[in-house]
Amino acid sequence: MVELVVEPSYLVAVAGDQINRSEKMPQYQNLFTTVQAVGPVHHGVELGQGNSPRLGEPVLNYWIGKIGNAQLGPIYLGGLGLASLVCGLIAFVTIGFNMLASVNYDPIQFIRQLFWLALEPPPPSYGLQMPPLNQGGWWLITGVFLTASLFLWWARTYRRARELGMGTHVAWAFAAAIWLYLVLGLFRPILMGSWGEAVPYGIFPHLDWTAAFSLRYGNLFYNPFHALSIVFLYGSALLFAMHGATILAVTRFGGEREIEQITDRGTASERAALFWRWTMGFNATMESIHRWAWWFAVLCPITGGIGILLTGTVVDNWYLWAIKHGVAPPYPEVFPMVMDPSLATGVKP
Amino acid sequence: MNHSMTSGMHAFRKGFQGLLLLVVALLLSACERPPMESVQRGYRGTGMVQIYNPTTLEENAEKHAAPFALPAGDPSGPKASTVYKNVKVLGDLSVGQFTRLMVSMASWVAPPEQGCLYCHNPANFAEDSKYTKVVARRMVEMTRHINKDWQPHVSATGVTCYTCHRGQPVPKEIWFKANHQPYGSNFMGDKAGQNEPSKVVNLSSLPNDPFTPFLLGEQNIRVGGTTALPAGNNQSIKQAEWTYGLMTHMSTSLGVNCTYCHNTQSFVSWKGNPPQRATAWYGIRMARDLNKDYMEPLTDTFPAHRKGELGDVAKVNCATCHQGAYKPLNGAKMAKDFPELGGQSEVTATTVATK
Repeated sequence: MVELVVEPSYLVAVAGDQINRSEKMPQYQNLFTTVQAVGPVHHGVELGQGNSPRLGEPVLNYWIGKIGNAQLGPIYLGGLGLASLVCGLIAFVTIGFNMLASVNYDPIQFIRQLFWLALEPPPPSYGLQMPPLNQGGWWLITGVFLTASLFLWWARTYRRARELGMGTHVAWAFAAAIWLYLVLGLFRPILMGSWGEAVPYGIFPHLDWTAAFSLRYGNLFYNPFHALSIVFLYGSALLFAMHGATILAVTRFGGEREIEQITDRGTASERAALFWRWTMGFNATMESIHRWAWWFAVLCPITGGIGILLTGTVVDNWYLWAIKHGVAPPYPEVFPMVMDPSLATGVKP
Repeated sequence: MNHSMTSGMHAFRKGFQGLLLLVVALLLSACERPPMESVQRGYRGTGMVQIYNPTTLEENAEKHAAPFALPAGDPSGPKASTVYKNVKVLGDLSVGQFTRLMVSMASWVAPPEQGCLYCHNPANFAEDSKYTKVVARRMVEMTRHINKDWQPHVSATGVTCYTCHRGQPVPKEIWFKANHQPYGSNFMGDKAGQNEPSKVVNLSSLPNDPFTPFLLGEQNIRVGGTTALPAGNNQSIKQAEWTYGLMTHMSTSLGVNCTYCHNTQSFVSWKGNPPQRATAWYGIRMARDLNKDYMEPLTDTFPAHRKGELGDVAKVNCATCHQGAYKPLNGAKMAKDFPELGGQSEVTATTVATK
């Protein structure tokens, strides 16, 4: 059901019979591309010395092509990737079997209760000692393997980027997320002297942990680094929406195609820039918008991690801290004053 | 377009709309029907509001209605202890008061088909052969104890047997100790007392037996920091989860938000919180007192089928009386009609409360 639209001739891809799925003139469109370029697929550029070959014979998939590149594979696994997957799998299976054991190995209950189940860290009474397996020992073992898996995967993103002659921005962005993970599960528990401070592996349990964390430490909303983290979280979403919308809006002029933008910024990029300049007086550039996005995304876990690390270690009650430093506003008293009954003398137990 | 094509498209669109409606209905099936009512209680803009669903309140109004009270018994005449045998607790009542209370208790607690015989041996009403009679006697003492000694919590409203029993031999909302290692394995799969969809904690994954440590034991409930900077409070996040579990139970038992008692800015601080928090504080101590002094000593009196998985006796928590209402029976002052149970007339109650 292709409607003919007027488009510059250079935007219309014609690659012979193979791609001519429609009776009508094939065309290149944005969002859901009606025409997919089909041709001989290959494994990619030659890899330097010390690299293992890429795995898998590439295939083309029409439906995958609807949301991205139609070519699946090959994939580079390599030593780091393999080690990372093995470690990750050990962690995953350890968590899974603990969850399964907690419902008496009943597969139906495992699925029904999956969101509630968890592998819990040790009780605080064990401090930083190695607890019995079923008292958090499995949790510690899982942590070792999961951390190893993440580090290996990080090294892999770094190495793959270097091998392709790219910068290492992806690896450092990933490192920001690993920082938050390490603060939650390693740095802060060590500073607090108890593995019990760490987060359980579970869907709802980790959310309840988050709420309990805020309750214990006097309302995390008064933690300025938590506030910063939220700024960057919401800011990332806003920037992503603005950038995605801008590029989609100029795809009709070829704005999404990087190659053309590199050689000739052309009408798409100019329009995108003008739109924002005229709308809010300032516009990012094709390069700087990605720097904005990268920093917003990366600062979200970095500031969040700082906020978590300070909680309990140097600040015990963020509300009182905020009152002390004039961050939290004092509100007028509305309710009649009640005394804490536990302070009264001769009171019930 | 020809006719068949139009009707085909029409049918398709109808089918699609039907499917969409079904999906939306499924997605919303766990939600409450709006509109909700939001009542501001604290200073504006601080989130100090109570959210109610008027439809639910209306539906539950009947459930929380107090039953009709029999006309008061004549206090004159001989005492029950002189007329009946084996009257250990209510002996100071007149025969008129005594029989009225017995009839009331039968209607509040006993199954209708059994009536008096749920507790009494028809051949000899005085003997204690049925465990229910022994329990009932202790429960009368408990009710009097609540109305007399726990006025900071129950105030002049007080309680009667009906507050918990509601026509049932066993109150609907009771608790037993949870079995934290139910499958016998100590190798893996420990839930640490949490992580299952339990109604006790409103289907969260919080510790689902906060009663054993807090309403039977005297574990510390206060985990929050009381100073800006660390000053020796080593309560862990895990302990905070147990407190959170208890608080979730209180919130659902009373049908209120956290802000019914707490100040949104700081749940720890006693500054700026509604006065209900103090009432609730006494409520926790009251439940603990009743469980320790009244319920647990009855463990051997109860038959096995009335006990929990671990052989412990049924115990009380906030829901036992409140059953979803901010005040049991929506605050109906039922006890004042039953001075036999220690219910206070308004005047005496106020005097006691201010002491």
